[in-house]
Amino acid sequence: MSGAYLGMPAFPEAAKTSTKNEQLRANLTHATHTIRDKRAAAVGELDDWAQLRQAGKEIKDNTLARLDHYLLQAEAAVQAAGGTVHWATDAAEANRIVADLVHAKGESEVVKVKSMATQEIGLNEALAAEGITAYETDLAELIVQLGDDLPSHILVPAIHKNRGEIRDIFAEAMGRWGRPAPDGLTDRPADLAEAARLHLREKFLRAKVAVSGANFLIAETGTLVVVESEGNGRMCLTLPETLISVVGIEKVIPTWRDLEVFLQLLPRSSTAERMNPYTSTWTGTTDRDGPQEFHLVLLDNGRTATLADEVGRQALRCIRCSACLNVCPVYERAGGHAYGSPYPGPIGAILTPQLRGLQSELEASLPYASTLCGACYEVCPVAIDIPEVLVHLREQVAEQVEGHRVERAAMKAATWLLDHPAALTAAERAATRTRALHPKRLPLPGPAKAWSDTRDLPALPAEPFRDWWKKNRKDGSR
Amino acid sequence: MRVALFVTCVNDALYPGTGRAVVTLLDRLGVEVDFPAAQTCCGQPQYNTGYRRETEPLVLRSARAFEGYDYVVTPSGSCAAMVRDNYPRIGAKALAQGRGSELADAAASLAARTFELTEFLVDVLGVTDVGAYFPHTVTYHPSCHGLRMLGLGERPRRLLEAVKGLELRELPGAEECCGFGGTFAVKNPDVSAAMGADKVRNALSTGAGVLCGADNSCLLHLDGTLRRQGAAMRAVHLAEILASTETEVLA
Repeated sequence: MSGAYLGMPAFPEAAKTSTKNEQLRANLTHATHTIRDKRAAAVGELDDWAQLRQAGKEIKDNTLARLDHYLLQAEAAVQAAGGTVHWATDAAEANRIVADLVHAKGESEVVKVKSMATQEIGLNEALAAEGITAYETDLAELIVQLGDDLPSHILVPAIHKNRGEIRDIFAEAMGRWGRPAPDGLTDRPADLAEAARLHLREKFLRAKVAVSGANFLIAETGTLVVVESEGNGRMCLTLPETLISVVGIEKVIPTWRDLEVFLQLLPRSSTAERMNPYTSTWTGTTDRDGPQEFHLVLLDNGRTATLADEVGRQALRCIRCSACLNVCPVYERAGGHAYGSPYPGPIGAILTPQLRGLQSELEASLPYASTLCGACYEVCPVAIDIPEVLVHLREQVAEQVEGHRVERAAMKAATWLLDHPAALTAAERAATRTRALHPKRLPLPGPAKAWSDTRDLPALPAEPFRDWWKKNRKDGSR
Repeated sequence: MRVALFVTCVNDALYPGTGRAVVTLLDRLGVEVDFPAAQTCCGQPQYNTGYRRETEPLVLRSARAFEGYDYVVTPSGSCAAMVRDNYPRIGAKALAQGRGSELADAAASLAARTFELTEFLVDVLGVTDVGAYFPHTVTYHPSCHGLRMLGLGERPRRLLEAVKGLELRELPGAEECCGFGGTFAVKNPDVSAAMGADKVRNALSTGAGVLCGADNSCLLHLDGTLRRQGAAMRAVHLAEILASTETEVLA
């Protein structure tokens, strides 16, 4: 994935810093609680939400089961409509294709509509290395770019910033990227939006090439779909002469009829709206209307490998609504950056290790970045059983990743003890008989120290339950 | 009706009072309960940490220990959910990997007969007023596995509301995880502690004297946090409140 995320520490280390950042936690708690409450209300309006969710799940599953068929159908339809299709196995190949297309137009700038796929492949950094500047035009992405920051949320990339912080970023950085912020900019949302509008308008009118992602790719007509809230995306899609869309292969759906289901599921789950403000669809090219050249880059980058995993493949159903982030108590405390990927939160914890593999410490730590509380599964509009996949991936980590030998030995020892009740009873008795000696606040040894840092230990009882039962009940006391 | 108590390893070793309370309660309700001594742990710590194979002997052990009982009752939503949701998965996987059908059959049979305490009281025995008396203000934390995997819904609250002398106070953010999460508490200690601190702050904001839950593993984490803060609130398992009566008031 993105070069910008490379070398980030494992989740627990990153979270150590972020949990101590009071401002970050306050920003996140406020934002996620607001969205989650609104989402619950928007979903509650529909009597058939459970059926819609089931339909969304089934459409995605059926499409994934015949992905090769639908992708070829989509490719033929895009070509028939005057577009060009490129296939990219990995991030490097996708970045190469986009850079070559921009060079071929003789351009050194592109405008971008917010795109998770291009974040995933680190396109902006790759283009910069080729002398091409990519301008983010989604408001939140703009904030992240101007702040020399990384996105921390799927829907609201700058969720970790409050209004005051955004004002400071605009005032400080807009001038370096183009039109400066007006003098005396306040932190009123309307003023901030106006400053962004003026800054971005300049980019839209000048750009010859645009890069987008897509929420859906409709196989029957080769149509791409972007849903957004600001209209900046629509300007990106329509004004430039050349449009390049980088789209993950799992985004394909068979027909326009299927889209109806997702256009209900997505906005309610993500922004808690009945319908999102801007739904743009584009199919190839049209004479004298919109971009005259259209390129679709179909991105694999680990998706085929994910599809091969029977349990893990359900992550590919994800429609990037971010409902799971907004209810996740771990995300709320740790913040999005701790996940080391443009896909943070519960979905990131299962998607990132599958797309990238489990080799590095960061990816191997992500499946453990959850209490398995199940709130994410409950809100997922396509019923991804995230806890199931987390446990499944933990098994792979335990099997494949070095450094789990000690833990495995401990687990085996625990199983042996628990499979031998006599030994267990003896151990319990030994513990209770020495209970006066047990420290309540002293640091515990090994990994258990993490417990005693912030929590007291309970007093051990005088006798375990099984001894009480034996004495008082088993031998005919009643 | 042959009923077995599955006390769970945490209750056996650390909270035997909860096991005794379940026995007292079921006695009072006329249910003859047995405690098969061959039981140990459901294997959840291993399973949830990624050691599925290591749980297999424990699945078999549990299934054998509880063979022949009509109902297996446990005062832990988390362990009940492990048996009900994950045992069949473990059995199916073992079968798919060619380890015979014994494990899968045993897992399926046990899963169908296992009930969390409040489910057993409300659904099987059909009672919500268990004749309890507990003169304290109480706030209730619904642990995640009971809430979401088992779908306990209003059962624990209905039981609490029927307790004489008890004043129930609404817990803000009740449905949020407390941050225990088994090995999560030591693998991600900072996030776990932050979640525990928030849960405890919400509980204290109710002004209640007792934080009630139906899972001692969550209560272990929350009580440890409360004690470290020197808070006056104490954590009590739901079974102990339900076992308390006017003649034998839980102090």
